[in-house]
Amino acid sequence: MAVKKELLTGNDVVLKAALLAGAEYFAGYPITPSTEIMNGWAKEAADNPKLLFLQTEDETSAGMAVIGGLLAGKKTWTVTSGVGHILIQDPLVLAETLSLPFVMYVGQRGGPSTGTVIYSQQELNLARYGGNSEGLRVVYAPSNIQELFEITQKAFNTAWRYRLPTIILGDGYLTKTLSPVDTSRVIPAEKAEAIFLNKDVKNLRNCFSREDELAEHLNILFAKYAAASRQIVESESYKTNDAKIVIFAWGTVGFAAKVAVANLRKQNKRVGLFRPITMRPFDDRGAIKAVQKADKILIAESSGGQFGRIVRETLTQATDAEYVRLYKPAEGITSEEIEAKIKEIY
Amino acid sequence: MEPRYPKCLDPKTKPSNFCPGCGYGIILKTLGQVIDEMEVAPRTVFAVDIGCNLLAWNYYKLDTIQTHHGRVTPLCVGYKRANRESVTIGIAGDGGLYAIGLQSFLHAAHRDDPVTIIGVNNTIYAMTGGQLAPTSLLGQVTDTSPQGKFTYEKPVLGPELAKEMASSSAYLARGSILNIPQMKGMLKAAIERQLAGHFAFVEIMSYCPTNWKTDAQQSIETLEKLEETFKVGVINA
Repeated sequence: MAVKKELLTGNDVVLKAALLAGAEYFAGYPITPSTEIMNGWAKEAADNPKLLFLQTEDETSAGMAVIGGLLAGKKTWTVTSGVGHILIQDPLVLAETLSLPFVMYVGQRGGPSTGTVIYSQQELNLARYGGNSEGLRVVYAPSNIQELFEITQKAFNTAWRYRLPTIILGDGYLTKTLSPVDTSRVIPAEKAEAIFLNKDVKNLRNCFSREDELAEHLNILFAKYAAASRQIVESESYKTNDAKIVIFAWGTVGFAAKVAVANLRKQNKRVGLFRPITMRPFDDRGAIKAVQKADKILIAESSGGQFGRIVRETLTQATDAEYVRLYKPAEGITSEEIEAKIKEIY
Repeated sequence: MEPRYPKCLDPKTKPSNFCPGCGYGIILKTLGQVIDEMEVAPRTVFAVDIGCNLLAWNYYKLDTIQTHHGRVTPLCVGYKRANRESVTIGIAGDGGLYAIGLQSFLHAAHRDDPVTIIGVNNTIYAMTGGQLAPTSLLGQVTDTSPQGKFTYEKPVLGPELAKEMASSSAYLARGSILNIPQMKGMLKAAIERQLAGHFAFVEIMSYCPTNWKTDAQQSIETLEKLEETFKVGVINA
């Protein structure tokens, strides 16, 4: 299909991608910086009677309503941020234990607490293991608007194909920026199926009377997750083959790091980038492979080390490289800053 | 002669796990009769909260989901919006509905979401062993009010409270397991009102011999006394 460039904001892109993926039902509660997506859906739903919309009284209700929609077989989704993301962990863990295709876009805010409202990378732990989760969920991290378009579609497919709650972890820089997007890159959508009032009677529970019953249930879920992970896991290794320094970065910072690596390579610096695309499951093998020639690892992130802890845990046995931290909790990181940091430690 | 259970009850899961003398058996059996008589079982979805009612997760041969603490209402609302043909029924206790789930309950009434919610009121958190509930009466001794002292003068009156926010078309009533035919009529009316496109709520006064520490006669007497405060009847027709 011919390239079709459109000038869109990230908010437009999430909405467009969700519709292409077959989303039919949105339940949510307004919170910056994710509100515009909800507004966009409300407008679409006003013009299209096939689209359902519910504005709830809070995010726990939004998530429970999403679960209701999923049981009815509608591709139901929501968006949230910050403290809303905290509240929605309650229904999200219900979706985990019931293996429901709960799709959610999260626009990260600064934290702890309500912090700031546009940008940060501080909702990573929450997205990966929030609530009393065992991490039976998929977390995607798009790094630019084009990727946001494709990953949002993919998130719906992953959720419905593997019956796993799936989060797209973005931020306000990503969604409020206007950029050209190739909207011809449409991924065929998975089919949805009703769970309730479809064939056999289903009695779904999340509260078990005995410990061994729950253990049995969980072991089935863990085995399914492990099998699905091998199909789902994604990362980008950019110029890491001979890299003396490998940058580890994700999301928006990952994109800045890629620009920095491209510039540094022009200056004959042996620098590479490892960028996870799925933050959960995490591409351990890809990460280990990326650092084979490295004697330094630069971790760049807009948090106090949430990503760094994953990286160091993953690479514990794999490398003796020195870790250098570029942690800017709640603040953005530019390609220039990353470039300067590399020159300092090269 | 075999007892005549409603067809929608699952005999494989009986006897149920409710305590001896619990009111839930009466309520669930009556609801089952209503579902049978209205012939809505093939399109009925049932949701339970957390609390004693969670034990009803496999009570019926109906698609059923256990939700979280106080979350039965938004789940029902979410389901119903996606399946307008369904009969969506949620059940919760007075703690689940009037404390942790009050916000959702009132907003469903406010939006006039067409679901049927049943609230079982025994003036106590029963599953957790008998703590103070929003429905506890002044002077009531519970695990968390050991001297019978707490700050509120009057208990939450659920249907009356909902009336303040509900649409004029909502059905709001309070029944009691001491009057089963009346309660049955209310449950039927509450499903009919949902099918007419409106919010419907029935609070049912019920006893909890385990936490009240009452025998059969005392349970009935206690409930009769409670009905002086929680007046049985239709609050919004």
